[in-house]
Amino acid sequence: MAGIPHDHYEPKTGGEKWLHKRLPIVGLMYDTIMIPTPKNLNWMWIWGIVLTFCLALQIITGIVLVMHYTPHVDYAFASVEHIMRNVNGGYMIRYLHQNGASLFFVAVYLHIFRGLYYGSYKAPREVTWIIGMLIYLLMMATAFMGYVLPWGQMSFWGATVITGLFGAIPGVGEAIQTWLLGGPAVDNATLNRFFSLHYLLPFVIAGLVAVHIWAFHTTGNNNPTGVEVRRGSKEEAARDTVPFWPYYVIKDLFALAVILAVFFAIVGFMPNYLGHPDNYIEANPLATPAHIVPEWYFLPFYAILRAFTADVWVVIAAEWITFGIIDAKFFGVLAMFGAIAVMALAPWLDTSTVRSGRYRPMMKWWFALLVVDFMVLMWVGAMPAEEPYATISLIASAYWFAYFLVILPLMGVIEKPLPQPATIEDDFNAHYGKGSGGSGGNAIAQPAE
Amino acid sequence: MIRKIALSAALAVVATSGAALAAGGGHREITDVAFAHEGPFGKFDQFQLQRGLQVYTEVCSACHGLKYVPIRTLADEGGPQLPEDQVRAYAEQFTVTDAETGEDRAGLPTDHFPASAMEGAPDLSLMTKARAGFSGPYGTGMSQLFNGMGGAEYMYSLLTHYEENPECAPDGIDGFYYNTSFDKGAIPETCKDEHGVSTIPGSWIAMPEPLADDLVTYADGTPATKSQMAEDVSSFLMWAAEPKLMDRREAGFKAVIFLTILASLLYLTNKRIWAGVKGKKA
Repeated sequence: MAGIPHDHYEPKTGGEKWLHKRLPIVGLMYDTIMIPTPKNLNWMWIWGIVLTFCLALQIITGIVLVMHYTPHVDYAFASVEHIMRNVNGGYMIRYLHQNGASLFFVAVYLHIFRGLYYGSYKAPREVTWIIGMLIYLLMMATAFMGYVLPWGQMSFWGATVITGLFGAIPGVGEAIQTWLLGGPAVDNATLNRFFSLHYLLPFVIAGLVAVHIWAFHTTGNNNPTGVEVRRGSKEEAARDTVPFWPYYVIKDLFALAVILAVFFAIVGFMPNYLGHPDNYIEANPLATPAHIVPEWYFLPFYAILRAFTADVWVVIAAEWITFGIIDAKFFGVLAMFGAIAVMALAPWLDTSTVRSGRYRPMMKWWFALLVVDFMVLMWVGAMPAEEPYATISLIASAYWFAYFLVILPLMGVIEKPLPQPATIEDDFNAHYGKGSGGSGGNAIAQPAE
Repeated sequence: MIRKIALSAALAVVATSGAALAAGGGHREITDVAFAHEGPFGKFDQFQLQRGLQVYTEVCSACHGLKYVPIRTLADEGGPQLPEDQVRAYAEQFTVTDAETGEDRAGLPTDHFPASAMEGAPDLSLMTKARAGFSGPYGTGMSQLFNGMGGAEYMYSLLTHYEENPECAPDGIDGFYYNTSFDKGAIPETCKDEHGVSTIPGSWIAMPEPLADDLVTYADGTPATKSQMAEDVSSFLMWAAEPKLMDRREAGFKAVIFLTILASLLYLTNKRIWAGVKGKKA
C-alpha cells in the first residue's frame, strides 16, 4: 500500500514465491494487517471493528433466517413466529438479528461523531468520509426494508409512511412511489422487492466497506491529535506508529468483547426493549396504529422531516419563491435528506486549518451542542407532533443545519486554535512516557498542550 | 380470505365507531403483579400455566384463538409440561381440516390451536408482547425495566379492571363496557376536558367482563377467585407469546459470562502487549 513507509511481505519459501508471482494475495493480507497505525489512538477508534463485526453478524444471522422465512403477505408474519417457536435456536437468531441492527446504528453514530470531532473527514480523507456516508445511507435503506419483512403493524405502516415521502416529490412523485411499491399501496409486491433488496444491499455495503478501508489505508488513519504520521523514512514513521497486528487487533477485540457482553445481556433479557410492541400484531391495512413511530435510529431524521410544517416562515418563503412546487411535505423530505447531505459535505464546509477538535477551543463547545442536539432530535422524533415538541424539533433541526452551514465555515476564520504537538510520538510520550521497548526513539517526554 | 375480510370489516367498524366518539389520548391503570416468570432468572410456574390453560380453554377460547401456538408445545419443558397422552387428548377435542386431504379429522398434537372463533376477537398468541409495558413512561420503557411490568400485567389488569360507568357517562356506550385498563377504546365526549383529553382512566371495550369467581374448578384445588384466574391465564398467555423465555435468558446469561471471561483475558493480553510501547509517565 501507498502512504506510510513500512516493511512489506517478502515471500521466502519456493511455494510462497510461486504464488506471490501469480497472485500477491498473501502480500495484500500482510500489508493490510500489518499497516502502521498511529500509536496514540484512543477508545473512540474501536467502532470500526464493532461495525465490521455487526455487518458479519447481520449477514450470517440473516442468511439463516432466510432459510425459514416466507416473503409473502399471507405467510411472512406466521413464518417469523415459526422461526421463534420451531426452528432450533431460532428465537436467538432472530433476536440477534433484530437487536444487531440497533448495535450497528449505535456503533455507526459513535463512529461518525468521532470523525466529526477529530476532523477525520478533512483532507486527505474526504473520499473515506464520502464512502462512509454512502455506507450509512445504504444501512438506513437496508434497516428500513428489513423492518418491513416481519409484516407487523409497524412494518406495514412504517413502509406506507416512508414510501409516501417519495410521493411528495413534485410531478413525478406519485409515479416513483408506485414504482417503489410495485403497486398503488404497500402489498405483496412491496414485500417481495424489499426482501430481495434487503438481501442484496448488505453485500453492496460489504464491498463499500472494503473500499472504505482501502481509502484510509492509503491516507493512513487519522488520530486524536490530527497530526499526520511522519513519512520521511521507515524509522521516523515507526516512531509514530505501531503495526495494526497485534497492538490494535487485541485492543479492538477487547473492546468488542465488552460491548458484546452488554449486547448479549440485552438480547437475552430484554430483546424487545428497543422494538415497538405493535409489530407483534400482524399487518392490517384497515387499522392504522395510533402512533406510527420509526425505529430509534431513524428518529433524529424523522424529527427533521416533521419539523418543517406549513406555518414555518422558511417553508412559506420556499413555497412562494417556487410558485408552490416546494410545499411543506416536500420541504420536509428535502430537509431530511439535506441533513445527511450537509454532513457529507463537512470536508468542504470546514475551513479550519486544524484537524482535531482537541486543539479547537470554540469548536469543542459547538460540537458538544451538536451531540446534545442529536439526542434532542432523537427524543422529539418519538413524541407526538404537537406543542411543545413541534417548536423544539424546529429549533433542534435549525441548529443541525446551522452547525454545518454556518458555524463550521465561520469557526475556521474566527477561532484561534491551540498549539498542536509536533509529532504523534510527542503526544504519546506526554500521555504514557517513553516506552522501554517497542520501536525505540529519541524524543523526550514533553507536554503537548 | 372471506374470513379475513370479515374480520377486517369488524375491526374497521370498531375503529370508526371509536373515531366517531373521537378516542382521546387516555391513560390507564395497570396493576403490578409479581409473576413467577419475572426478574432476570424468573421461571414459569408449570402448575400456574396448566391452570391458565384451563381458564383459556374454558373461558377465552369461546371467542379468541391462539393460531400461532402448536398444541404439541404444551408438553415442552419450561411450559405447562402436560404428559404426552394429555396433549394428544387435548388436541383431539378440535376438528381440523387436513391441509393435504382436505377432509375434516380430529386434531393432532402437531396442529396449532384454533384461530379466533368470533369475528373481531383478536388472536391471543402474541397479545402479551403486543401490549403494554414496553413504552412508558415518556416512551422510555423504564416501567418494564424497574417494575418488571410487561404484557402479562396488562392482561391481568384488563381482566380485573371492569368497573361501573363513571359519573361523567352514567349510561356508558351501548354494547361496550367500561374498563380502566383499556385505553384503545372509545370515550364519550362528556368524559373529556376542553382540550379533548380524557378525564377518566381507561375507555370502553367491546368484550364483556369474562371472569367471575368460581367460573372454573381447578383440579389442584386452588380457589378459583377472579384474581387467581386472571393471574393464571395472564401467565399462560405470556408463555404462549414467548415460549422460549427461559431458554433465551439462559443463553444470554451464558454468553455474558463467556464474554466477561474473554474480555478479562483480552484486557490482560492487551496490557501486556502495550507494556513495551508505553513507558511510565514521567
